[in-house]
Amino acid sequence: MISSDPKQVKAICFDRIHLENQTSLAVAKKNGAYKFLPTVLKDFDNERIMDEVKKSGLRGRGGAGFPTGLKWSFVPRLTGKPTYLLCNADEGEPGTFKDRDIMRFDPHLLIEGMLMSGFALGVKDAYIYIRGEFLHEANVLDAAIEEAYAANLLGENILGTDFSMDLTVHRGAGAYICGEETALIESLEGRPGRPRFKPPFPAVEGFYRCPTVVNNVETLATIPAILEFGGDWHAAIGVPNNTGMKIFSVSGHVNKPGNYEVPMGTSLKTLIEEYCGGLQHGTVPKVIIPGGSSTPWLLAEHYDTPLTYDAMMKAGSMLGSGAIIVMDETADVIALTRRLTHFYAHESCGQCSPCREGTGWLERVMIRVENGQGCEEDLTVLYDVATHMAGRTICALADGAAAPILSLLKHFPDEVRARLMEKAA
Amino acid sequence: MSLQNEIHFTSERLQEIDVLVKKYPGKRSALLPVLHMAQEDFGYLSMAAQQLVADTLNLRLMVVREVVTFYTMFREKPCGTYLLEVCTNAGCMLNGANELLAHMTESLGIEVGETTSDGMFTVTEVECAGACGGAPVVQINNEYHEKVDATYMDAFITRVSGGQS
Ligand SMILES: Cc1cc2nc3c(=O)[nH]c(=O)nc-3n(C[C@H](O)[C@H](O)[C@H](O)COP(=O)(O)O)c2cc1C
Ligand code: SF4
Ligand code: FES
Repeated sequence: MISSDPKQVKAICFDRIHLENQTSLAVAKKNGAYKFLPTVLKDFDNERIMDEVKKSGLRGRGGAGFPTGLKWSFVPRLTGKPTYLLCNADEGEPGTFKDRDIMRFDPHLLIEGMLMSGFALGVKDAYIYIRGEFLHEANVLDAAIEEAYAANLLGENILGTDFSMDLTVHRGAGAYICGEETALIESLEGRPGRPRFKPPFPAVEGFYRCPTVVNNVETLATIPAILEFGGDWHAAIGVPNNTGMKIFSVSGHVNKPGNYEVPMGTSLKTLIEEYCGGLQHGTVPKVIIPGGSSTPWLLAEHYDTPLTYDAMMKAGSMLGSGAIIVMDETADVIALTRRLTHFYAHESCGQCSPCREGTGWLERVMIRVENGQGCEEDLTVLYDVATHMAGRTICALADGAAAPILSLLKHFPDEVRARLMEKAA
Repeated sequence: MSLQNEIHFTSERLQEIDVLVKKYPGKRSALLPVLHMAQEDFGYLSMAAQQLVADTLNLRLMVVREVVTFYTMFREKPCGTYLLEVCTNAGCMLNGANELLAHMTESLGIEVGETTSDGMFTVTEVECAGACGGAPVVQINNEYHEKVDATYMDAFITRVSGGQS
């Protein structure tokens, strides 16, 4: 049960996650799913919902942290075109694995969040774009959706109101870039996932050139609690401008890796020491990547940084999707960087030359460096390629590809040089 | 040039596709789901399978080919009975995925990307599977196996090989 006292809240998205058989509608309902939906459909109007979501301070959980209420307000009204709601369940950013748990353990929470969001936005057709590898999760969602249709929670005249909405699960097929919202739209239209130029933004011209809202799973799963307990309640959790709970996916060198939902503002150290059982070796981390592989690295000196969008920015990184990759003193940061350059080279969609050429180049040079066949000049090449890619492309994948390289060169130049010497000797 | 089609969707599949197509504002949106179905039915996406998908959705073969080659999960070649996909991205790498992968290829006597000569096992290396809390992660025919080690893989391989391996 979610507490109505913001100071007592232990979980929002994961509130029911450990309950057994929560995927079945009957059990989910007994545990509170869809309890508040009739009130929303009957007593709330679009303006009131928008208002609560704005007041809540909720920021998108997919990576960019854009205020959800503001994003929704960009959707033009009365265009005569349908408005689409797309749930981004692509979850491809290395280190991120939170949306999967919501979908496989509490699919009805996501469905309810999409119903309330769809109702607010005047949506008739909504889709969940889920990464192709999540076959089990897609099947769980399909089964939950089928039950919801049978109970008149989806389809025509939901719960006897004049609100009707269809919901479809759509599997991707293995392409990280499809997590970028315009690539996701291209993919959902049956094409290769190549990001579109913005503007126009999806809110104005998205799926089939119609107004479209793309939101992350965790974002949408937070909506039911915001409407039930109010925007002010949500805004009182966490810290100002960084409100609510947040799921952190912690992986790497910790004793208890996993997903932990904590109030925004909890410190990195608390999360790792108290929730994740500390480091596998030693007591200070060597590197912490706080928001997925595309975000700049933090060091031991940042261990006390609060987990908020603002504090992470101030520390020189980003909260991103909340995917925290921890490395202890045993980590080979050169090998890890080389592995990430391979990821970005493999996943670049290829339509911008700085990204297509740059990611390939970074990988080739990093292979040399890792194998001790590099030279001092390679460091300059890495730096130049990485700085020239960032900010000059259609989407942010190129910036993400530059982040590990720039972090490695900034924080571990001696280690890189030592590797060059070691193998040369 | 027309490709001889020797494969067909079953009538149940065609019905399923009819229902599917209606869920989208445009027919082309059904392309990825229908390719998944074809891959499930025929094992991989041969030219004939791609032509069949193109004909079924009224698309040009070129359009289908462009999509098949863009997405990693679509395979144009057959693979072993058991497709073992090892994640070696950050979280898995930090927890022994490279060593696990090396152990698997060595004990099966193949390189990454190859299939054993009896057609039983294909081993590939994949990007972050979105399950890093359970690193290292191996997908076996689309099913996630977490916190996998060499002993676990050896036991699996022995079991499905009928205990002879
Ligand atoms: C390369 C790239 C990959 C992305 N992958 C994802 C993803 O897997 N899931 C996600 O929710 N957002 C992802 N995003 C962010 C989306 O573009 C978009 O901002 C997000 O889905 C918006 O939802 P939100 O406002 O609820 O966060 C990605 C962005 C980029 C540039
Ligand atoms: S930056 Fe890279 S991934 Fe993004 S659109 Fe350009 S080429 Fe594609
Ligand atoms: S790094 Fe292997 S599942 Fe994420």
